[in-house]
Amino acid sequence: MRFLVFLEHHDGKLQKDSLGVLSKAASLGDVEAVVLGQGVQELAADAGRFGAKRVYVQDDVLLDKPLPQPRVDALETLLADNGFDAVLFAATVLSADVAAALAARLDVGLNYDLTDLVVDGDKLVGKRPALGDSVYVDVGWTSEPRLALIRSGTFEPQESGGSAEVVPFESRFQDFSLAATMVEQAHEESEGPSIEDADVIVAGGRGLGGPEGFQQVEELAKALGGAVAATRAVVDAGWYPYSAQVGQTGKTVAPKLYVAVGISGAIQHKVGMQSSALIVAINKDPNAPIFEYADLGVVGDLNEIVPKLTELVKARKAA
Amino acid sequence: MKIAVCAKYVPEATAARRIDPSTKRLDRSGEGALNAFDANAVEEALKARDASGEGEVVIVSVGPERALEAMRRALAMGADRVVLVSDEGAAGSDLVATSRVLAAALERENADLVLFGQQANDSDGAVLWAAVAERLQRPLVSQVAELTLEDGKLRGKRQTEYGYDVIEAPLPAVVAVSDAINEPRYPSLKGIRGAKKKPQETVSLGDLGVDAGAAGEAGSRTTVEALNDPPARGDVQKIEDDGSGAEKIVDFLAEKKAL
Ligand SMILES: Cc1cc2nc3c(=O)[nH]c(=O)nc-3n(C[C@H](O)[C@H](O)[C@H](O)COP(=O)(O)OP(=O)(O)OC[C@H]3O[C@@H](n4cnc5c(N)ncnc54)[C@H](O)[C@@H]3O)c2cc1C
Ligand SMILES: Nc1ncnc2c1ncn2[C@@H]1O[C@H](COP(=O)(O)O)[C@@H](O)[C@H]1O
Repeated sequence: MRFLVFLEHHDGKLQKDSLGVLSKAASLGDVEAVVLGQGVQELAADAGRFGAKRVYVQDDVLLDKPLPQPRVDALETLLADNGFDAVLFAATVLSADVAAALAARLDVGLNYDLTDLVVDGDKLVGKRPALGDSVYVDVGWTSEPRLALIRSGTFEPQESGGSAEVVPFESRFQDFSLAATMVEQAHEESEGPSIEDADVIVAGGRGLGGPEGFQQVEELAKALGGAVAATRAVVDAGWYPYSAQVGQTGKTVAPKLYVAVGISGAIQHKVGMQSSALIVAINKDPNAPIFEYADLGVVGDLNEIVPKLTELVKARKAA
Repeated sequence: MKIAVCAKYVPEATAARRIDPSTKRLDRSGEGALNAFDANAVEEALKARDASGEGEVVIVSVGPERALEAMRRALAMGADRVVLVSDEGAAGSDLVATSRVLAAALERENADLVLFGQQANDSDGAVLWAAVAERLQRPLVSQVAELTLEDGKLRGKRQTEYGYDVIEAPLPAVVAVSDAINEPRYPSLKGIRGAKKKPQETVSLGDLGVDAGAAGEAGSRTTVEALNDPPARGDVQKIEDDGSGAEKIVDFLAEKKAL
């Protein structure tokens, strides 16, 4: 089976998840890759180390900013001249939009949120956890190329030590593809504490009710000797700094203990903390998805439970 | 300003959800509701309409006939009318097929702004807008946490894996909002009473000029091959807080030597 992997990059480096997908594809068949951007020739060649035999590169000022629509034009051109069986994307904010728009452009099937790929003869099977990961669905495609978005954090990059031939290509852009412009890019809102090395993390979500709610989270974290983390919802709302966000577009953490306070536990949050050794959740909604994977889930009001918990932890530690 | 909001009818959050093994489709026989993430898009649309002082907010949905009742929540919040594409032939549509049907309905409306919610809570796809924007050939900005509209263009601030981007696009355009963009209003009693009287149109694929072969399973390009149980989980326990929740957590942590 012949795969093409879309490689995303940022700050002169190929994105880790897309290299993971590249490594996985290399274990399944012949794999080539594509890198789109400006000044990306050198970085493209790096894909050889992770199993790509050939890397197609469109180096174009119109691809300088990470916007999805011009990338659809480029991929359409590339795919028209090449008979790929499948095109794989590591799910990111950018790649998800590229993949879905490409599916509509080519009228081909896209399966998303996959956590594994299996080749069965000339068939490709995608594994997709659905309905809050409560059922694992085997999915297939009835058109080619098969498009797939792989859930973030699924495959680890593996160096195989090869080298790739770099093949430049060009494409034209549609007017509507160039209509959106990026006026500010990858701006880090504020510096904040690092959470990646913490043994204990207490994370707060929208259930805290407002930025002041983080005070009780901070007190609990202090009592436990841990760091404070947050969900995207509260970071987007400006309640807590981006540097402390856990999840798909934030940090991936694996502490010994993760306490989730007022967090629903959406998939995009889960991918950033599911490897924690112990997960404790406090949420007033018994149907919150977090209870599906918390080792201990307590259904109740965080405003009642958290202050008590902080006092009890302090007392234990003092004893 | 005319704003179209794409909204989905999804199983009620409290309902047990399952995929029907015989059809391999989501079992939609239980209670349903307006996808909660789409309420953020409705709220943003109402704010934009009211700020512009004119125009309308139209809810566009593809779903079963029963969806109309759930869409009334958006009308009760203040939206002006609903267009529901309801057709047996659209059932079982995947991403390409759904985007085709939805785009056809949106083309008829020709709105200045098309808004989407963050994700459908039954598909967790967070992808449909990109396929629709492609079919409408309009600029797209997704994951928008702050939206400003002025002088015929929009500006959206959104988070990615690397920080925050600010993106501008001329109208007409497609925007998908994040769940942090606003706090959706609760419908007032008056709003709820008025909702029933607002225009609610149900259209078929034929009305939209969409071929039967272009929607539903026939128009889909992906398949569901098999349903499997999830991998066995470790011991997970869920307890009600009866006042001793905090003690139970401490005991648990002590037992696991995590204190
Ligand atoms: C492409 C993409 C990337 C994303 N990346 C991330 C990411 O990196 N990180 C991330 O976290 N999310 C991410 N998200 C968003 C994610 O889907 C959810 O929207 C988000 O995680 C929800 O945050 P929350 O749990 O704080 O809020 P909500 O989902 O609103 O949950 C709040 C919870 O608090 C509970 N609650 C309310 N009051 C109380 C109380 N008094 N006591 C106890 N419980 C209470 C409620 O029952 C509810 O379950 C991403 C989404 C997309 C589409
Ligand atoms: N059947 C539908 N009808 C109208 N809008 C939909 C439908 N399905 C999804 N949407 C919209 O697309 C968004 C993303 O859906 P999804 O990509 O399935 O997660 C939702 O938040 C809705 O705004």
